[in-house]
Amino acid sequence: MLGKLKWGIHPETHKTPTEEKTIESNALPLKVILPVSQHIGTPSRPIIKKGDVVKKGQLIAEGSGPVSSNIHATLSGKVAEVSERPHPIMGTCLAITIENDGLDEWAEDVLTERDWQNLDNAEIIQIIKDAGIVGMGGATFPSNVKLSPPKDNKIDTLIINGAECEPFLTADHRMMLEHSERIAVGILILKKVLGLENVILGIEDNKTNAIKVMDKALAGTNVKVMAIPTRYPHGAEKILIRTILNREVPSGKLPMSIGVVVQNVATAVAVCDAVRNGIPLVERIVTVSGSAIAEPKNLKLRIGTSFAHAVEQCGGFKVTPEKIIMGGPFMGVTQYTTDVPIIKGTNGILAFTKEEIQCGPQSPCIRCGQCLKACPMGLNPSMLSILGERSFAEEALNEYHLLDCMECGCCAYVCPAKRRIVHYIRYSKKLSAQKGGQ
Amino acid sequence: MSAEIEYHEQVSKLIVSSSPHMFANTSIKKIMWTVNLTLLPAVVFAVYHFGLPALQTLLAGSLSAVVFEALTQKILKKPITVSDGSAFLCGLLLAMCLPPAVPLFVPIVGSFIAIVVAKHSMGGLGYNIFNPAHIGRAALMVSWPVLLTTWTKMTAAVDTTTSATPLNILKLQGYDVLIHTFGSRSEMYKALFFGFRNGSIGETSVLLLSLGGLYLICKGIIDWVLPLTMIGTVGILTLIFGPHGFMTGDPIFHMMAGGLIIGAFFMATDMVTSPITRKGRLIFAAGAGAITVLIRLAGGYPEGVCYSILLMNCITPLIDRYTQPEIYGGRK
Repeated sequence: MLGKLKWGIHPETHKTPTEEKTIESNALPLKVILPVSQHIGTPSRPIIKKGDVVKKGQLIAEGSGPVSSNIHATLSGKVAEVSERPHPIMGTCLAITIENDGLDEWAEDVLTERDWQNLDNAEIIQIIKDAGIVGMGGATFPSNVKLSPPKDNKIDTLIINGAECEPFLTADHRMMLEHSERIAVGILILKKVLGLENVILGIEDNKTNAIKVMDKALAGTNVKVMAIPTRYPHGAEKILIRTILNREVPSGKLPMSIGVVVQNVATAVAVCDAVRNGIPLVERIVTVSGSAIAEPKNLKLRIGTSFAHAVEQCGGFKVTPEKIIMGGPFMGVTQYTTDVPIIKGTNGILAFTKEEIQCGPQSPCIRCGQCLKACPMGLNPSMLSILGERSFAEEALNEYHLLDCMECGCCAYVCPAKRRIVHYIRYSKKLSAQKGGQ
Repeated sequence: MSAEIEYHEQVSKLIVSSSPHMFANTSIKKIMWTVNLTLLPAVVFAVYHFGLPALQTLLAGSLSAVVFEALTQKILKKPITVSDGSAFLCGLLLAMCLPPAVPLFVPIVGSFIAIVVAKHSMGGLGYNIFNPAHIGRAALMVSWPVLLTTWTKMTAAVDTTTSATPLNILKLQGYDVLIHTFGSRSEMYKALFFGFRNGSIGETSVLLLSLGGLYLICKGIIDWVLPLTMIGTVGILTLIFGPHGFMTGDPIFHMMAGGLIIGAFFMATDMVTSPITRKGRLIFAAGAGAITVLIRLAGGYPEGVCYSILLMNCITPLIDRYTQPEIYGGRK
């Protein structure tokens, strides 16, 4: 049998408030806060100190270790402090605060036009590494690591992820409409580095205009644009691979192990900018939406801009928000303050009102089986939630494939008993990690 | 450059919670009341068919179940959840499986056993091992066997058969007498399909029960695998083991007679007590169908749907354990 035929959910997309809106870039913030941890892997090491004057694009924190990433100043100005600051995922984190001097000057050595077709692959990978590029879809895995697979993994396919399956978010969609040329160049650079022929750009079929635009931008290359059915979580790497290639990544392995590399469209843009124009990763597109936002928009923002500043660009809060989320409504992380900065993986800021939260009190599982139907990984979320509730992490780990859960949230979405299934799964994962001595 | 904005006032009471932050418009309450509603056509038909005593029994069963649940939860100091419709459904299904004119204490005692003993002594909705309505019926059956098998005449308008149920006639007098009672085979099928025959209050109309069941399948509330497999198994087995030897059975009769239709669509599909995986449901339903046939053809009772489902309920956790879904990336 070829995997699960029925999986996933069809939530209301809520993309209409922003999908027609052109990406805006407005006033720069007074300061940016750049945490040293904006990626999966070892935190970067600051190489500047308080009081230093930096320019836009200047390296301020160095990647340390094999899986890490560089961080650049995203404004020109003075380093105000290097201190613990609120972080959208980690609570707090060491961060470099730069005060804007209002000049927005580039560092001298960054902007360099390059003829990327004549660069050799090792050079390109080095440029991508130096530019601090990570997976911009939210996972923030350092891109250079994905592009240098171990010798025994023969990579045969590159998938570009343009699914954007999370409701509300339209950042990738607008990127495809407005910057198709940069995406196309980025894809061709990635293709050259990986040295393969089979490249597929997957876009959900509710974005017909993006499919058309990308088709045009990629005409004359052998990159295929593929419309995939609109269904959450189609943008999850493993699910996208199954839909497009009908291959499954073995449990506990990376897509590399079956010869596939997946990169997001926003990552392709960053690669294009870095390799062709010498621009390190200093800004990204963020969708600011949700019913508490006065005027939802797609914004081009400097990394390190505070959520408060981003919200202000959208007319502020219409009503008092009940929840503020970084990312989409399914996998996003709730925030305790608007002082947190936008980091490399921030694709959206959502502010929800009471009405939008809708979750009632939780009751015991009635075993209706909706979660099993929805789970794209073929797990048994009902059982995982019950085991989590009782702290039986070991059984969840050994018999119910705890670690295969990617926390997409389909199970909790469909649950009529309103059980916090994902919460219980996270709790079990924490428990079993503690027991494993990690 | 704009002035730095801070929202400390507005964001001082933000909710911080685990994702997801978006939920489908569904609830236990919605599911349970939908099931109650799909039973309504069969209930209305039953009142028309059996008259006022049936209505009394149905009301006594469902309302006393609600009262018992509220009392139990109050005594146990738990939140009172009778508005979710599950107690009402349990009492209603129990009453639908009783003869029309039983004394009023019968459905009330049945509801007590179903709600207090079978449901809340296990921990309430979601924790019970056995289908509470069927436990209630089984307890009544052993306590008042005569009352539970005394079938009154139906309302005058449709008084075409004797007061025995078709399965009773089959058990005691044989298949040929059964056909004779209805006149002909096609007359018998017609009576069974539309529900003009004797039996428990809610079990007679195959048409209306199936329509309700189909609606639930379309809404995704019950899995078609359960009713189809259970009814199919009964059909196949009764065809094979016929009254005049191998392959001489009457599967159409057996599939429509007794409580099979209500059992397959509304009892075997009880979410709490049936397996959660599709493979498991297939095993569960086939087992229940097979036990039903065994009791009907070889057992002491004329009907076996209630016991077959209860017996399969016992092994639901076991079935679940061995029919885990196939995980992504699990293929070697």
